[in-house]
Amino acid sequence: MQPLVEMRNISIAFGGVQAVDDVSIDLYPGEVVGLLGHNGAGKSTLIKILSGAYRADSGEILIDGKKVTINSPRDARAQNIETIHQTLALADNLPAPANLFLGRELRTMFGFLDDSRMESETRKIMARLNPNFKKVAEPVSALSGGQRQSVAIARAVYFNARILIMDEPTAALGVHETKMVADLIMELKAQGLGIFLISHDTREMMALCDRVSVMKNGQLVGTERVEDVTEDDILSMIIMGKKAEKAA
Amino acid sequence: MSTQNTSTSPAAAKAKPAPRAKLMDTLELDTRLLGMIGAFILVTVVFNVLTDGRFLTPRNIFNLTIQTVSVAIMATGMVFVIVTRHIDLSVGALLATCSAVMAMMQTAWLPQLLGLPLGHPLIPWLAIAAGLVTGGLIGAFQGYLTGYLLIPAFIVTLGGLLVWRNAGWYLTNGQTIGPLDPTFQMFGGINGTLGEFWSWVIGIVATLAAMGALWAKRRDKIRHDFPVKPVWAEITLGAIIAAAIMGFIAILNSYEVPAARLRREFEARGEVMPEGYTAAYGLPISVLLLIIVAVVMTVVARKTRLGRYIFAAGGNPQAAELSGINTRMLTVKVFAIMGVLCAISAVVASARLTNHSNDIGTLDELRVIAAAVIGGTALAGGIGTIYGAILGALIMQSLQSGMAMVGVDAPLQNIVVGSVLVLAVLIDIIYRRRTGKG
Repeated sequence: MQPLVEMRNISIAFGGVQAVDDVSIDLYPGEVVGLLGHNGAGKSTLIKILSGAYRADSGEILIDGKKVTINSPRDARAQNIETIHQTLALADNLPAPANLFLGRELRTMFGFLDDSRMESETRKIMARLNPNFKKVAEPVSALSGGQRQSVAIARAVYFNARILIMDEPTAALGVHETKMVADLIMELKAQGLGIFLISHDTREMMALCDRVSVMKNGQLVGTERVEDVTEDDILSMIIMGKKAEKAA
Repeated sequence: MSTQNTSTSPAAAKAKPAPRAKLMDTLELDTRLLGMIGAFILVTVVFNVLTDGRFLTPRNIFNLTIQTVSVAIMATGMVFVIVTRHIDLSVGALLATCSAVMAMMQTAWLPQLLGLPLGHPLIPWLAIAAGLVTGGLIGAFQGYLTGYLLIPAFIVTLGGLLVWRNAGWYLTNGQTIGPLDPTFQMFGGINGTLGEFWSWVIGIVATLAAMGALWAKRRDKIRHDFPVKPVWAEITLGAIIAAAIMGFIAILNSYEVPAARLRREFEARGEVMPEGYTAAYGLPISVLLLIIVAVVMTVVARKTRLGRYIFAAGGNPQAAELSGINTRMLTVKVFAIMGVLCAISAVVASARLTNHSNDIGTLDELRVIAAAVIGGTALAGGIGTIYGAILGALIMQSLQSGMAMVGVDAPLQNIVVGSVLVLAVLIDIIYRRRTGKG
């Protein structure tokens, strides 16, 4: 099967620091690939190259086997790559519909913003993702962490992403909301999306991912299928920075 | 009795704000806007008492509005600048440069270079076009320095304050240029008013447009199954708006042109003024210009992508960039709009004075920033309204001319205006903290 995404030999440096050093990862349709590692291991940086926030110094990105150039978030969106950033990237002063459609506003035939249609679409998708979501007209600064998260997720899901990047999607959430995100990941996976998931929670990653790639100091330690390894194996990869001898 | 009082009063005090808040919600009125209108009314009423009723005469209201126009036009642009977390200290200087360009165009360059005789009907329009282009280009250039070269706007426009005021000086060799073209002067205020009939026409058109907008909004909400206000609330709101518009026109229409001036106008046409003839000034063209600017800027802010991006970038610049918004180009656009508005203000300001002088627009940057800030624009970015800035300009101008009428010393006037600016921001901070908005 053709991989959906291949990132080959990606490197990027900031000042003198080699944040990502010759890393290659790939992602197949209907697959969840987890990225694990300490803070500063380079996970977020690697993924921001795919989402267009950073430009790699070297290496190449292939989508459906074809080489693509991603120089901006707009380029990434054109490739149906959607990102849920760790910071959520919401404009706190604007309500949910304005955030959901930010950069891709619906307009009337005269070219003006069609706020009613955006609000009504927002209500529809929020009803699916988070039935408790009611504050459609208020600035997102008035929302709880979970509600803000669901706005960010709705933004990615609404535009029919094929490739979804989720950077710490459950970090700020309660138990119930974390479960909701996990269910959503499974649903999207079943629809054939490819998902890159970043998290610190090894146990959560073992449950959600098909494969995990472990990074340390900007380098890829290794990529493993979750059924081939134990949580301890992964932990030692994160800490030691080398592949564990497989027990079995 | 007393025990009963003490036992019920806390409950009553608690329950009391609720119906009022509910009424506000039903009418969907902005409490902030009401607060500002309240402050404005308070200022005018106090001055009216202090001046024995001279403050709220049609004549003074007329003067107040034409004095406010120039600063108010620029304040609408300053809202966008401050919302995107920038500042523009060069607006007064930029106004002077645009004014110099327009004055030179109509008195020197067009007559000498293009050979258009003085008084040619094209002169004022070509001059205004040149002024608008100048303002737009200088604004865009300052936006480029800020957005692409990442020099803080404070520095770019602080430099601009010195550069543009003196660039204007060189254009005119420091001379006062005048008198300006008579058609051009019509944008200044008293020399260009619509008269009674057309003022009523404008008033009726504006009222109908406002009613139409209310109706369209309601229909749109019903179409999308959103909750709508009860009909009585809709009608109340419509009635308030209609009364405000028509009341304003009625006041301006009751300011009569002095008989001596009318007689001169008749004599100029070689006619004799009929006995008992009167005429009113009506709506000044400059005020109409401000209203048009206000409507256009409000539509840009609320109904266009540009406006949405301005507020998004002000609320969270990183989020805007990650959403694919070109925030650098956005900065250029915002400063270009500011520049064009400075040029429009330059038309009004120089036309009002009937000439261009070097010190035109001096200290306007402070008045414009103060108007925007008093009007609720947050310096932290992301929050601000066009109508707020205009109200802010109106409050400032009322204070200034009210104190002048009462006979307050000039230094004390400035002390009061400065204190009011700081106090207004403090009240705003407290209000936002209480309501959790912003």
